Amino acid sequence: MTEGTRAEIRSTTRSDTSLMRIEGEITSGSEKPLMEAFAKAVDAGARTVILDFGALDYMNSGGIGLLVTLLVRAQRQNKRLMAIGLNEHYLQIFSLTRLDEAIGIHDTEAAAIAAAG
Amino acid sequence: MTATEPRPHRDGEAWARPVDRLTTTATGAGTDTVTGKRVAGPIQGFGQMWQKTFSVRLEGVDKSPEQLVAHWKERFPTFWPKGATFYAPLAGIAPGEVALLEVPPLPGSPIKMSTGVMVIYADDQSFAFMTPEGHALSAWITFSGFRDGETTVAQVQALERTSDPFIELSYILGANRMNDRFWAQTLENLARSVGVITPDVRSEKICVDRRRQWRHVRNLRHSPAVNMAVATLTAPVRWLRRRGTRPT
Repeated sequence: MTEGTRAEIRSTTRSDTSLMRIEGEITSGSEKPLMEAFAKAVDAGARTVILDFGALDYMNSGGIGLLVTLLVRAQRQNKRLMAIGLNEHYLQIFSLTRLDEAIGIHDTEAAAIAAAG
Repeated sequence: MTATEPRPHRDGEAWARPVDRLTTTATGAGTDTVTGKRVAGPIQGFGQMWQKTFSVRLEGVDKSPEQLVAHWKERFPTFWPKGATFYAPLAGIAPGEVALLEVPPLPGSPIKMSTGVMVIYADDQSFAFMTPEGHALSAWITFSGFRDGETTVAQVQALERTSDPFIELSYILGANRMNDRFWAQTLENLARSVGVITPDVRSEKICVDRRRQWRHVRNLRHSPAVNMAVATLTAPVRWLRRRGTRPT
């Protein structure tokens, strides 16, 4: 049942923006891979981290809580979080939980990078 | 299914659909202060953000996490501490349903605060509530069952901020500990209901964000206490206005 969480960081066309591709699931048990990937992005000099949910397969309420914790961590370090790759289902969850008021949602990586300014 | 159809998500049926304004099928509460309100989670709250986890091991109880969560959903109102009432919606604890609550602002208080919660998530191992505007807390609260070795564990995990500065002050003055006691008692009652004689509830509190969100200070406009105070203070003015417009 559990597929686990994989979070990989890769660079983008901007040196101060990293992309975190999340695969599998996000639950309360995903803290280690997500936080480690975020720390890696910050260490690489990212001021904005774009979360790519294109390969997300499962998220429960614990996972949404973890995203808020990640958001708080980012804000504490004066970093921005953005989201791309959200399909209709996960867009609805962001809307339901009003997470879309705190994490900017974009259609593509290019649009997110442009918004990062 | 054709190759072009998107693959259904495993969590597809567990999440509620987004709603602009809440409505409820729950009955029995003296006042419905929830209908027409929006949900508000920790992102919309004012005070420091806390993650509180309460758990109890159900030693010697032959119930799987799924059986425990089914039992919890079915009899949820009966596990609440004395003085607090949960008015379940007609469809029970299911995604999108809205329940009404009456809770005392202080232990033993004869006055009840009317509020509610929306069920935002429910599967066979967990369910989660989100609070509406006007609730003392802007929170997500997840109730779950899981296996730790041979033992089933029941857990309540809240991610919360107080909604406005007055409630934040009350939290500093003791309401935070009262809230902790509420969930500990709930888990004790749940554990006793499945045969645990002396439940041992463990808790962990983490202040996730020490900063207060002053940009959400306007949440005060939803505060029942503030609205009541304004109504009381402005009552003479309204009375004089009514006298002034009365036909002679």
